[in-house]
Amino acid sequence: MNAVELRDVSLTLGGRTILTGIGLDIAMGEFVGVLGPNGSGKTTLMRAILGLVPPSRGSIHVLGQPATRGNPAIGYMPQARHFASDLRLSGRDFVASVSNGHRLGLPVQGRTVRAEMEHALRLVGAQELARRPLAELSGGERQRLLLAQALIGKPQLLLLDEPLISLDPHRQQEVVDLVKTLKADLGIAVLFSAHDVNSLLSAIDKVLYLGSGQAALGTIDEVITGPVLSRLYGSHIDVVRVGGRIFVMSGSCCAEAEEHRHESAPTDRQPRHSGHA
Amino acid sequence: MLEMLQYDFMRNAFAAAAVVAVVAGTVGYFLVLRGQTFAGHALAHVGFTGATGAVLLGIAPIWGLVLATVAAGIGMGFMGERLAQRDVAIGLVLALALGLGLLFLHFFTAFATQATTLLFGNVLAVDMRTVWVLLALGSVSLATLAVISRPLLFASLHPELAEAKGVSLRLYSVLFLAIVALATAECAQIVGVLLVFALMVGPAAAAQRLTSAMAAGVLLSAVLALLEAWSGIALAYYTDWPSSFWITALSAAVYLIATLPRPMGRLASAAPR
Ligand SMILES: Nc1ncnc2c1ncn2[C@@H]1O[C@H](COP(=O)(O)OP(=O)(O)O)[C@@H](O)[C@H]1O
Ligand SMILES: [Mg+2]
Repeated sequence: MNAVELRDVSLTLGGRTILTGIGLDIAMGEFVGVLGPNGSGKTTLMRAILGLVPPSRGSIHVLGQPATRGNPAIGYMPQARHFASDLRLSGRDFVASVSNGHRLGLPVQGRTVRAEMEHALRLVGAQELARRPLAELSGGERQRLLLAQALIGKPQLLLLDEPLISLDPHRQQEVVDLVKTLKADLGIAVLFSAHDVNSLLSAIDKVLYLGSGQAALGTIDEVITGPVLSRLYGSHIDVVRVGGRIFVMSGSCCAEAEEHRHESAPTDRQPRHSGHA
Repeated sequence: MLEMLQYDFMRNAFAAAAVVAVVAGTVGYFLVLRGQTFAGHALAHVGFTGATGAVLLGIAPIWGLVLATVAAGIGMGFMGERLAQRDVAIGLVLALALGLGLLFLHFFTAFATQATTLLFGNVLAVDMRTVWVLLALGSVSLATLAVISRPLLFASLHPELAEAKGVSLRLYSVLFLAIVALATAECAQIVGVLLVFALMVGPAAAAQRLTSAMAAGVLLSAVLALLEAWSGIALAYYTDWPSSFWITALSAAVYLIATLPRPMGRLASAAPR
């Protein structure tokens, strides 16, 4: 049984076609880095797997079942939003609100809920910091709580949408290593979207690269190549490897590899450079 | 101290304030948590139109208030996010609501007293019947809130995730704003439509400053609202100044104190590290 199966899937949003004719299999226990320029459809693909965006064509299966909204086997960390940054609520209450959140009633935390939450907090090493109000946590600490939240309910598939955004490179590596350990310990499949493949090199089994409505899935060596990326970007792309790092360069422009990595304002970037990586 | 309780109007005032404060403190906690405090304010303005319209038709103003606020709350819930960004539109609607209310009152003879009571409240004029009405409305809002509180919290704190788990964000937004509307209509009986913020937002915001634990926060918010309302009435009795003034003053003072930097708090949070 595959964790995710897409057969000839097309996704449209508000009349715009985001992805066309995508077919791919992601096996259980695989750590897949989802890459691609801004607006290439990484978030939309995850929302489709969650059953929030019904495909306009083709079929999506998750763990052998057709994708439906409310699938308890999927853990989801949405693309970072700044909503929670001024909440005075404790991290524990923030994470606990996910447990059985869809059921009516008072949000009293029974023993099982508390045990599940402590387990998730321990997995991400956030037991201490979850005592503090969200407003007093750094971006990285909040990311860890969001990751803990995604682990509640013992998911078999984790969808992590840009969990590295707004983290410094050191913290990025911490989060990647943490997810890698979780994947190995829990045997779950992970889709992890990011802007820079270099931050994921040590951890991922495969890359899913999106661009121009298309997708390429395979190992890093199969996908991060000039010909494949040229097709996805719709323009000539060179891939250069230097000192164990990979640089994606388009046409004449190039060596600005580093400054986009700590990404804070994704919208003002040239799409073709954003994948670099 | 207890001599003020020998008067019926004082007993009614304390009873009405108790009911309303507990409802306002509890509902207000969720309102602040969701970052929707503007909604309480906006609903109160719309309530003014409803109340004055009721006066014009010869109905008790509270029913006009309830009807107008609940209808507006449900409408706002359906419009959802889109509404939050249109501050010009909201501002105009609020101004229009007050303007219409003024027009309705214009046709009414006891213009000035009615207007002042609706705008600024007069808890000392609440009769026993109204206390019972407030109790019934308050029970409905608190019971509904209790039933939906878990998914409401989930939808408020993790909207994308809640949506993915099959929770309808819109449903809970509508239900919650209907509860807020009821609470607003209740508050308006005590402090008037213009000062609803004092009971609904002040105590809740202070409570969230004082504790980061949710259960304790809800409780503290209700207790603060109750203490502020009761103290306000008592102070009004002794000074003969309006109770609404005292309640707003206490609400502001408590919030101010709660936001002051606390050396004790800093010590406490530094210790475990
Ligand atoms: N509600 C919507 N209606 C129409 N287009 C949308 C909507 N939401 C997103 N899009 C578009 O879909 C494309 C894919 O977006 P997204 O999946 O968020 O990309 P990514 O996560 O890779 O940056 C973008 O071009 C975006 O502008
Ligand atoms: Mg995205």
